[in-house]
Amino acid sequence: MKMSEIASILDCRVLCCEDHMNSDVFSACGSDMMSDVLAYVKNQAVLLTGLVNTQVIRTAEMMDMVCVVFVRNKMPTEDILRVAEESGIVVMTTKHRMYEACGMLYASGLNRAEAGHAEGDGRE
Amino acid sequence: MPKVTAVNNEILYYRFDVDGDNFTSAGEASVQTKRILRRVGFPPEAIKRVSIAMYEGEINMVIHASGGVAELYIEEDRVVIVLTDHGPGIENVELAMQEGYSTAPDNIRSLGFGAGMGLPNMKRYTDGMEIETKVGEGTKITMTVNV
Ligand SMILES: Nc1ncnc2c1ncn2[C@@H]1O[C@H](COP(=O)(O)OP(=O)(O)OP(=O)(O)O)[C@@H](O)[C@H]1O
Ligand SMILES: [Mg+2]
Repeated sequence: MKMSEIASILDCRVLCCEDHMNSDVFSACGSDMMSDVLAYVKNQAVLLTGLVNTQVIRTAEMMDMVCVVFVRNKMPTEDILRVAEESGIVVMTTKHRMYEACGMLYASGLNRAEAGHAEGDGRE
Repeated sequence: MPKVTAVNNEILYYRFDVDGDNFTSAGEASVQTKRILRRVGFPPEAIKRVSIAMYEGEINMVIHASGGVAELYIEEDRVVIVLTDHGPGIENVELAMQEGYSTAPDNIRSLGFGAGMGLPNMKRYTDGMEIETKVGEGTKITMTVNV
Protein backbone atom coordinates (compact mmCIF):
# COMPACT_ATOMS: atom_id res chain seq x y z
CA MET A 1 0.00 0.00 0.00
CA LYS A 2 1.32 3.43 -0.84
CA MET A 3 1.65 5.96 1.94
CA SER A 4 -0.64 8.23 -0.03
CA GLU A 5 -3.37 5.56 0.33
CA ILE A 6 -2.83 5.48 4.08
CA ALA A 7 -3.28 9.23 4.13
CA SER A 8 -6.54 9.01 2.22
CA ILE A 9 -7.96 6.06 4.20
CA LEU A 10 -7.31 7.85 7.49
CA ASP A 11 -8.14 11.27 6.10
CA CYS A 12 -4.72 12.51 7.25
CA ARG A 13 -3.03 15.84 7.12
CA VAL A 14 0.52 15.26 5.89
CA LEU A 15 2.96 17.40 7.85
CA CYS A 16 6.37 16.32 6.64
CA CYS A 17 8.20 14.63 3.75
CA GLU A 18 5.24 14.63 1.40
CA ASP A 19 7.60 13.76 -1.46
CA HIS A 20 7.98 10.20 -0.09
CA MET A 21 4.23 9.53 -0.22
CA ASN A 22 4.53 7.34 -3.28
CA SER A 23 6.62 4.70 -1.54
CA ASP A 24 5.10 1.33 -0.72
CA VAL A 25 4.70 0.03 2.82
CA PHE A 26 3.59 -3.45 3.82
CA SER A 27 2.82 -3.34 7.51
CA ALA A 28 2.14 -1.11 10.48
CA CYS A 29 1.98 -1.17 14.24
CA GLY A 30 0.24 0.94 16.86
CA SER A 31 1.77 1.78 20.24
CA ASP A 32 2.22 4.56 22.75
CA MET A 33 5.17 2.79 24.37
CA MET A 34 8.42 3.30 22.51
CA SER A 35 9.98 0.60 24.72
CA ASP A 36 7.61 -1.91 23.15
CA VAL A 37 8.18 -0.64 19.63
CA LEU A 38 11.93 -1.10 20.12
CA ALA A 39 11.47 -4.56 21.59
CA TYR A 40 8.71 -6.09 19.47
CA VAL A 41 8.57 -4.43 16.07
CA LYS A 42 10.15 -6.42 13.26
CA ASN A 43 9.72 -4.97 9.82
CA GLN A 44 6.68 -2.78 10.30
CA ALA A 45 7.15 0.40 8.32
CA VAL A 46 4.43 2.60 9.79
CA LEU A 47 4.02 3.61 13.42
CA LEU A 48 0.64 4.82 14.68
CA THR A 49 0.87 6.52 18.05
CA GLY A 50 -0.85 8.88 20.44
CA LEU A 51 2.47 9.84 22.03
CA VAL A 52 3.93 13.11 20.83
CA ASN A 53 7.62 13.76 21.42
CA THR A 54 10.91 13.72 19.56
CA GLN A 55 11.68 10.18 20.66
CA VAL A 56 8.77 8.87 18.58
CA ILE A 57 10.61 10.00 15.46
CA ARG A 58 13.99 8.75 16.72
CA THR A 59 12.49 5.37 17.61
CA ALA A 60 10.99 5.13 14.13
CA GLU A 61 14.31 6.00 12.57
CA MET A 62 16.21 3.42 14.63
CA MET A 63 13.68 0.76 13.59
CA ASP A 64 13.99 1.73 9.89
CA MET A 65 10.33 2.78 9.90
CA VAL A 66 9.36 5.31 7.25
CA CYS A 67 6.12 6.86 8.46
CA VAL A 68 4.61 8.10 11.74
CA VAL A 69 0.87 8.70 12.07
CA PHE A 70 -0.28 10.69 15.10
CA VAL A 71 -3.81 9.73 16.11
CA ARG A 72 -6.59 11.75 17.75
CA ASN A 73 -5.55 14.96 15.97
CA LYS A 74 -2.32 15.19 17.93
CA MET A 75 -0.08 17.89 16.56
CA PRO A 76 3.71 17.51 16.63
CA THR A 77 5.77 20.61 17.43
CA GLU A 78 8.09 22.34 14.98
CA ASP A 79 11.06 20.66 16.71
CA ILE A 80 9.57 17.23 16.16
CA LEU A 81 8.89 17.98 12.50
CA ARG A 82 12.44 19.25 12.03
CA VAL A 83 13.84 15.94 13.33
CA ALA A 84 11.48 14.04 11.03
CA GLU A 85 12.48 16.17 8.06
CA GLU A 86 16.18 15.44 8.70
CA SER A 87 15.43 11.74 8.90
CA GLY A 88 13.17 11.69 5.87
CA ILE A 89 10.26 10.26 7.86
CA VAL A 90 6.74 11.00 6.64
CA VAL A 91 4.59 12.48 9.42
CA MET A 92 0.80 12.60 9.30
CA THR A 93 -1.97 13.34 11.72
CA THR A 94 -5.48 11.84 11.72
CA LYS A 95 -8.62 12.63 13.68
CA HIS A 96 -9.29 8.93 14.25
CA ARG A 97 -8.46 7.19 17.50
CA MET A 98 -5.80 4.52 17.70
CA TYR A 99 -8.19 1.56 17.66
CA GLU A 100 -10.17 2.92 14.72
CA ALA A 101 -7.14 3.99 12.73
CA CYS A 102 -5.44 0.60 13.09
CA GLY A 103 -8.69 -1.17 12.23
CA MET A 104 -9.25 0.93 9.13
CA LEU A 105 -5.77 0.21 7.80
CA TYR A 106 -6.04 -3.47 8.62
CA ALA A 107 -9.44 -3.73 6.96
CA SER A 108 -7.98 -2.07 3.88
CA GLY A 109 -5.47 -4.87 3.54
CA LEU A 110 -2.37 -3.41 5.13
CA ASN A 111 -0.37 -6.17 6.89
CA ARG A 112 -2.24 -9.06 5.35
CA ALA A 113 -0.56 -9.07 1.96
CA GLU A 114 2.79 -9.61 3.58
CA ALA A 115 2.05 -12.22 6.21
CA GLY A 116 5.28 -14.05 6.89
CA HIS A 117 7.19 -10.87 6.20
CA ALA A 118 7.35 -10.27 9.92
CA GLU A 119 10.11 -12.83 10.44
CA GLY A 120 12.66 -10.23 9.39
CA ASP A 121 15.99 -10.24 11.12
CA GLY A 122 14.41 -11.22 14.42
CA ARG A 123 17.04 -12.74 16.64
CA GLU A 124 15.37 -14.70 19.36
CA MET B 1 28.92 16.93 17.33
CA PRO B 2 31.11 13.86 17.68
CA LYS B 3 34.86 13.98 17.90
CA VAL B 4 36.50 11.81 15.28
CA THR B 5 39.87 10.22 15.68
CA ALA B 6 41.56 7.60 13.56
CA VAL B 7 43.04 5.30 16.20
CA ASN B 8 45.08 3.59 13.54
CA ASN B 9 44.53 2.74 9.91
CA GLU B 10 41.80 0.22 10.58
CA ILE B 11 39.72 1.67 13.39
CA LEU B 12 37.51 4.73 13.27
CA TYR B 13 36.70 6.24 16.64
CA TYR B 14 33.89 8.65 17.52
CA ARG B 15 32.99 10.14 20.88
CA PHE B 16 29.59 11.65 21.70
CA ASP B 17 28.52 13.52 24.81
CA VAL B 18 25.06 12.45 25.92
CA ASP B 19 23.25 15.31 27.67
CA GLY B 20 21.40 14.08 30.72
CA ASP B 21 19.27 17.18 31.15
CA ASN B 22 17.62 17.06 27.79
CA PHE B 23 15.17 14.30 26.98
CA THR B 24 14.45 15.89 23.60
CA SER B 25 18.02 15.51 22.38
CA ALA B 26 18.38 11.96 23.70
CA GLY B 27 19.19 9.62 20.85
CA GLU B 28 21.22 12.09 18.81
CA ALA B 29 24.38 10.01 19.18
CA SER B 30 22.51 6.97 17.85
CA VAL B 31 21.09 8.94 14.93
CA GLN B 32 24.56 10.15 13.99
CA THR B 33 26.01 6.68 14.42
CA LYS B 34 23.39 5.30 12.07
CA ARG B 35 24.36 7.87 9.43
CA ILE B 36 28.07 7.19 9.88
CA LEU B 37 27.57 3.44 9.48
CA ARG B 38 25.46 3.98 6.36
CA ARG B 39 28.28 6.04 4.88
CA VAL B 40 30.77 3.31 5.74
CA GLY B 41 28.47 0.99 3.82
CA PHE B 42 27.68 -1.71 6.38
CA PRO B 43 24.65 -3.95 5.68
CA PRO B 44 21.29 -2.45 6.82
CA GLU B 45 20.60 -5.41 9.10
CA ALA B 46 23.83 -4.83 11.06
CA ILE B 47 23.22 -1.08 11.16
CA LYS B 48 19.74 -1.64 12.57
CA ARG B 49 21.10 -3.86 15.34
CA VAL B 50 23.73 -1.28 16.31
CA SER B 51 21.12 1.50 16.17
CA ILE B 52 18.59 -0.21 18.41
CA ALA B 53 21.15 -1.32 21.00
CA MET B 54 22.88 2.04 21.14
CA TYR B 55 19.63 3.99 21.28
CA GLU B 56 18.32 1.89 24.19
CA GLY B 57 21.61 2.45 26.00
CA GLU B 58 21.61 6.15 25.26
CA ILE B 59 18.05 6.56 26.53
CA ASN B 60 19.01 4.63 29.68
CA MET B 61 21.90 7.02 30.32
CA VAL B 62 19.53 9.97 30.02
CA ILE B 63 16.63 8.65 32.10
CA HIS B 64 18.56 6.69 34.74
CA ALA B 65 22.01 8.25 34.98
CA SER B 66 21.85 11.98 34.03
CA GLY B 67 23.81 11.48 30.86
CA GLY B 68 27.25 10.22 29.97
CA VAL B 69 29.53 9.48 27.07
CA ALA B 70 28.98 7.20 24.09
CA GLU B 71 32.01 5.94 22.20
CA LEU B 72 31.96 4.17 18.88
CA TYR B 73 34.72 2.04 17.40
CA ILE B 74 34.22 1.00 13.81
CA GLU B 75 36.43 -1.85 12.74
CA GLU B 76 36.47 -3.78 9.50
CA ASP B 77 34.20 -6.58 10.68
CA ARG B 78 32.61 -5.29 13.86
CA VAL B 79 31.29 -2.25 15.68
CA VAL B 80 31.99 -1.68 19.36
CA ILE B 81 29.87 0.72 21.44
CA VAL B 82 31.00 1.83 24.88
CA LEU B 83 28.52 3.73 27.06
CA THR B 84 29.93 5.26 30.23
CA ASP B 85 28.03 7.20 32.89
CA HIS B 86 28.53 8.42 36.43
CA GLY B 87 24.97 7.76 37.49
CA PRO B 88 23.72 5.71 40.42
CA GLY B 89 24.94 2.37 39.08
CA ILE B 90 22.83 -0.79 38.86
CA GLU B 91 22.33 -2.61 42.13
CA ASN B 92 21.31 -5.99 40.75
CA VAL B 93 22.35 -6.54 37.15
CA GLU B 94 20.68 -9.93 36.88
CA LEU B 95 17.38 -8.39 37.91
CA ALA B 96 17.84 -5.38 35.64
CA MET B 97 18.40 -7.75 32.70
CA GLN B 98 14.99 -9.34 33.19
CA GLU B 99 12.25 -8.29 30.79
CA GLY B 100 9.76 -6.06 32.55
CA TYR B 101 12.02 -4.96 35.40
CA SER B 102 12.15 -1.19 35.59
CA THR B 103 12.69 1.43 38.26
CA ALA B 104 11.52 4.20 35.92
CA PRO B 105 8.99 6.56 37.53
CA ASP B 106 5.58 7.26 35.99
CA ASN B 107 6.71 10.47 34.33
CA ILE B 108 9.17 8.41 32.24
CA ARG B 109 6.39 6.01 31.27
CA SER B 110 4.31 8.93 30.08
CA LEU B 111 7.20 9.73 27.72
CA GLY B 112 6.95 6.25 26.18
CA PHE B 113 9.74 4.48 28.06
CA GLY B 114 10.19 2.48 31.24
CA ALA B 115 8.79 -0.93 30.31
CA GLY B 116 11.95 -2.70 31.42
CA MET B 117 12.72 -3.90 27.90
CA GLY B 118 15.89 -1.93 27.12
CA LEU B 119 18.71 -4.00 28.60
CA PRO B 120 17.34 -7.37 27.38
CA ASN B 121 16.82 -5.80 23.97
CA MET B 122 20.43 -4.57 23.91
CA LYS B 123 21.61 -8.08 24.66
CA ARG B 124 19.33 -9.61 22.04
CA TYR B 125 20.52 -7.35 19.23
CA THR B 126 24.24 -7.52 19.93
CA ASP B 127 26.80 -10.30 19.69
CA GLY B 128 28.40 -9.39 22.99
CA MET B 129 27.42 -7.22 25.92
CA GLU B 130 29.32 -6.57 29.12
CA ILE B 131 28.07 -4.48 32.06
CA GLU B 132 30.49 -3.06 34.60
CA THR B 133 28.68 -1.14 37.30
CA LYS B 134 29.16 0.05 40.85
CA VAL B 135 26.44 1.56 43.01
CA GLY B 136 27.16 5.22 43.62
CA GLU B 137 29.86 5.38 40.93
CA GLY B 138 28.34 4.60 37.57
CA THR B 139 27.93 2.14 34.76
CA LYS B 140 29.95 1.13 31.72
CA ILE B 141 28.32 -1.00 29.06
CA THR B 142 30.34 -2.43 26.18
CA MET B 143 28.47 -3.90 23.23
CA THR B 144 29.83 -5.57 20.12
CA VAL B 145 28.02 -6.16 16.86
CA ASN B 146 29.73 -8.36 14.30
CA VAL B 147 29.22 -7.21 10.72
N1 LIG C 1 22.81 3.46 32.88
C1 LIG C 1 22.08 3.07 33.93
N2 LIG C 1 22.34 3.57 35.17
C2 LIG C 1 21.61 3.17 36.23
N3 LIG C 1 20.60 2.28 36.18
C3 LIG C 1 20.30 1.75 34.97
C4 LIG C 1 21.01 2.11 33.79
N4 LIG C 1 20.50 1.41 32.76
C5 LIG C 1 19.51 0.65 33.27
N5 LIG C 1 19.38 0.84 34.61
C6 LIG C 1 18.46 0.16 35.53
O1 LIG C 1 18.04 -1.07 34.95
C7 LIG C 1 16.61 -1.08 34.81
C8 LIG C 1 16.24 -1.84 33.56
O2 LIG C 1 16.70 -1.13 32.40
P1 LIG C 1 15.95 -1.33 31.01
O3 LIG C 1 16.60 -0.49 29.99
O4 LIG C 1 15.87 -2.79 30.74
O5 LIG C 1 14.47 -0.82 31.34
P2 LIG C 1 13.93 0.68 31.47
O6 LIG C 1 14.96 1.64 30.96
O7 LIG C 1 13.48 0.87 32.86
O8 LIG C 1 12.67 0.67 30.50
P3 LIG C 1 12.73 0.62 28.87
O9 LIG C 1 14.14 0.34 28.48
O10 LIG C 1 11.80 -0.46 28.48
O11 LIG C 1 12.29 1.94 28.41
C9 LIG C 1 16.21 0.38 34.81
O12 LIG C 1 14.87 0.58 35.19
C10 LIG C 1 17.19 0.96 35.81
O13 LIG C 1 16.80 0.67 37.13
MG1 LIG D 1 15.81 1.35 29.06
